[in-house]
Amino acid sequence: MISLLAQQTVQPIRTPPIDWFSIAPEIALFSAAILIVLVRSLVRRSPRVFDAALYIAAAGIVTSAVFTFVQWHFVDRDGPYQAIAGMVAVDGFAVFVRTVVLISLTLALLISVGYLRREQLEAPEYIALMVLSATGMMVMASANDLIAIFLALEILSIALYVLSAFDKRRLTSQEAGLKYFLLGAFSSAVFLYGVALVYGATGTTSLTGIAKFLAGNAVLDNGVLFVGFALLLVGLGFKIAAAPFHMWTPDVYQGAPTPVTAFMAGATKAAAFGAILRVFVGTFDLYRDDWRPAVFGLAVISMAVGTIAAVVQTDVKRMLAYSSIAHAGYVLIGVQAATRKGTSAALFYLLVYALMIIGAFAVVSVVARRGDERHSLDDYRGMARREPVLAGLLTLFLLAQAGVPLTGGFVAKLGVFSAAVDAGQYALALVGMLTAVISAFVYLRIVLAMYAPDAEAPAEDEAPLRVDAATGVALFLASVAVVVLGIVPGFALDFARDATLLLAR
Amino acid sequence: MSSNFPLLTALIVMPFVGAVVTLLMPNRRPELVRIVGYITTAATLGFALYLLADFATATHGYQFVESHSWMGEFGVRWLVGVDGISLFMVALNALLFPLGLLASAKVPNAKAFTFWMLLLEGAVMGVFLSLDLILFFVFFEFVLVPMYFIIAGWGYDNRRYAAMKFFLFTMAGSAFLFVGILSVAFLYQRDGHALTFDSRVLIEWASTHGSMALGTSKWLFLAFAVGFAVKIPLFPFHTWLPDAHTQAPTAGSVVLAGVLLKMGTYGFLRFSVPMFPRAAVALAPLMLVLAVIGITYGAIVAAMQPDLKRLIAYSSIAHLGFVVLGTFAFTAQGISGGLFTMLSHGLTTGALFLLVGMLSDRRHTREIAAFGGLWKSVPILAGLFIATAFASIGLPGFSGFVGEFLALLGAFLTSRWYAVVATSGVILAAVYLLWAVQRTFTGEPEGENATLPEISFRELVTVVPLLALSLFLGFHPRPVLDRLEPAARDLVTHIEQNSDYRAPVVSKQGPKVAAQEAAP
Repeated sequence: MISLLAQQTVQPIRTPPIDWFSIAPEIALFSAAILIVLVRSLVRRSPRVFDAALYIAAAGIVTSAVFTFVQWHFVDRDGPYQAIAGMVAVDGFAVFVRTVVLISLTLALLISVGYLRREQLEAPEYIALMVLSATGMMVMASANDLIAIFLALEILSIALYVLSAFDKRRLTSQEAGLKYFLLGAFSSAVFLYGVALVYGATGTTSLTGIAKFLAGNAVLDNGVLFVGFALLLVGLGFKIAAAPFHMWTPDVYQGAPTPVTAFMAGATKAAAFGAILRVFVGTFDLYRDDWRPAVFGLAVISMAVGTIAAVVQTDVKRMLAYSSIAHAGYVLIGVQAATRKGTSAALFYLLVYALMIIGAFAVVSVVARRGDERHSLDDYRGMARREPVLAGLLTLFLLAQAGVPLTGGFVAKLGVFSAAVDAGQYALALVGMLTAVISAFVYLRIVLAMYAPDAEAPAEDEAPLRVDAATGVALFLASVAVVVLGIVPGFALDFARDATLLLAR
Repeated sequence: MSSNFPLLTALIVMPFVGAVVTLLMPNRRPELVRIVGYITTAATLGFALYLLADFATATHGYQFVESHSWMGEFGVRWLVGVDGISLFMVALNALLFPLGLLASAKVPNAKAFTFWMLLLEGAVMGVFLSLDLILFFVFFEFVLVPMYFIIAGWGYDNRRYAAMKFFLFTMAGSAFLFVGILSVAFLYQRDGHALTFDSRVLIEWASTHGSMALGTSKWLFLAFAVGFAVKIPLFPFHTWLPDAHTQAPTAGSVVLAGVLLKMGTYGFLRFSVPMFPRAAVALAPLMLVLAVIGITYGAIVAAMQPDLKRLIAYSSIAHLGFVVLGTFAFTAQGISGGLFTMLSHGLTTGALFLLVGMLSDRRHTREIAAFGGLWKSVPILAGLFIATAFASIGLPGFSGFVGEFLALLGAFLTSRWYAVVATSGVILAAVYLLWAVQRTFTGEPEGENATLPEISFRELVTVVPLLALSLFLGFHPRPVLDRLEPAARDLVTHIEQNSDYRAPVVSKQGPKVAAQEAAP
């Protein structure tokens, strides 16, 4: 706040003091990514360079996690604050979203190792890009300025465009990359236009400044402001894959390398929702009556489109892609409540969803075998007989996504629906529950296929599926977390609640 | 056992622990898994018997209550307790599972089967013991998962369709229930209280005059009702049941009919009616009409079934109709009768499904037309079947009579014409079951029917306890009624206090005795 005022009175060229600590988690990841690229270019031919990249990434993640934890400790003790001319908010909210991003990154990297080895794509660049994308997401989590959010959006997106097209031998992967890039660039432009309009209406891009302006001034001619809201929502709605901005999702999710899809579903959603929550619930709080109907509509359309379209799919990856649209709808229920309760419920949902979807995609990645092509429902037929553990794990992740009790998915749904009912939105909660029934049908189709008798399976004598150690670790961690969050969710719920209370304004 | 032993938690957790242990057993040793299954269910039955013995009859209200914080953020607690309404459901559940496991000693893939059965037992225990609405819902919904896998994994030809239908129907019903639960809790919070899902607190609050408008409470009652009606199943939500019952393996059918259906009627008695007494009284005609339709429709359709298992499935719709009839009669007799029927139906229909399972194991068909003259080839099995059929019809001397008689009596006091129509259900029950018995067991056995193997000792052990209990309770229902009635009377008093309904007063002595007492 003080630095903002100082900026306006003193020379405009003076750079603000940099609080390195506030962006330490991002710097750790960013350094890791740069180091990987550097090592790659220095040691060109050594086959060990891929392993080195993994170790560097691991070191970066651990350092970043430690800094995030220390930040939480300080925020918990001293309260939230802003740094770097109000561009960065160091608060519980940022810490929570960063945690989800780091967990997603770790799990996605773990399942990537086996995937890359199998596909003979052992490129350190892949690791670097994923870490870089996560850096963008971390920036997004703590960005307190529309410009910073835009920068974060670009950092995370550009890396993801490349990652989507990473398996360049597969046409579908190339198509995914191109499609994601074209539509993504378009949505970035829309977002930027929204930033411009909000700036035009309020005279600042700082979220704190906007909130202050809106609180202090009655905007009589609010058309510009509202169009700005709408465009921001469209731009971010694209990233969270909310209908009707979901057109890219099935194709990109299906075409991208499976670990990248997992990462996109888990981490991108968390980061973009972090931005939505901070911008709409945190900043445009006073105008909630104006944007809530829009989010209400997005939530209903997302849930309906996501579940109903998933019913007719025969490709498991596409099914999960459509269900991911539906899950965006469930999180939007929490956003729509526009309350503390809703925000913490949305955060908890994002955490659980990241674990469920990455776990599910880990199994999908293994089942796909070499070539990453075998995603048809037929490829899952009779799997339970041959691979009982793998089938059991996928069942767990799918049932959790359906919101079955004693899994984290149920607690997550309980959170968002109780936030909706608390805000008086009975209809939204009911629509959510009923679409959950349809989505249960989708998940059960996969489960039924897995538990179908072997006779219906294609009678080829195939090698058993290979689960490499890293994927095994990822599966173990994700499944344990999903069950623990379903049975004793108290600690994570408290974390989500505290994260919302400690919001830098 | 010390007095502060968490008996109810043990009842719920024991099967779950057993399920985890089965997972750790080696795949190649199914006999180990079976032993774990028997030990776990037997231990649970032991806990249940201890509970029965230790349950105080003189007091009313919940006993053995345990309360721990669970999801503090949402105000959800691990809150369990037992009273007359739930006591016998717990006992029935604990009894049916060991018998069900015993009956399915020959199923393939015993490890997975035992795992799901144990999970199911724990979840059903949780349903009947939870006093926290969210905890209740957790178990209520979780029950679907193991039951789904039991039907889909070990059922008959059309099992996958039936399992899916079962899951989706009940889950759709639960959607309304869930929103209803959340709505009650948040209305309570908006009234200026701390958020809680403790059913005792919410019942106390929601049933009080002035806490919510009659319209609100009607909507909420309906939301709860849809969730429970699908489970019972009440006409017109019943279409999943014949499929699920017919396709489920024997043990699945036994527990489905024995305890799972009762989760619906239990929900009405435990939550819907006490929480929204005015709405319940106002909407009672609707519920009574549906109950009577269920009784007559279920019976008529049952008579037309060519498949023995489907016949029993439809008969369940009719029997559960009596429970709903008794419940919405709002008299102590009606509610006691409903509760008694819940127990009795679990015993008799459980036994019937076991016997049909034996027949179908022997003949590999359940078509009534395929049987005939079994009386000559398997006299003991036939005798047991006929005795069980009589018990199910409600012949005096069996438990079915006590329950349905009380339910009809209670309904006659307040909703006379419904009771009159429902009585036809008793006659129709005799029609469909006796007709089926006649076609199956009488005549001369031909072909395969002449050479069926007689009932084995293991099979005998599964059926006899159920039949014996039914017979015992038919002659001596006092031990059960002593524990049911305080809860039933409590419920009626609660409805009277919180609505303008008044239960009719029936003199226990009758007019003659009363006059003599008045004379001196």
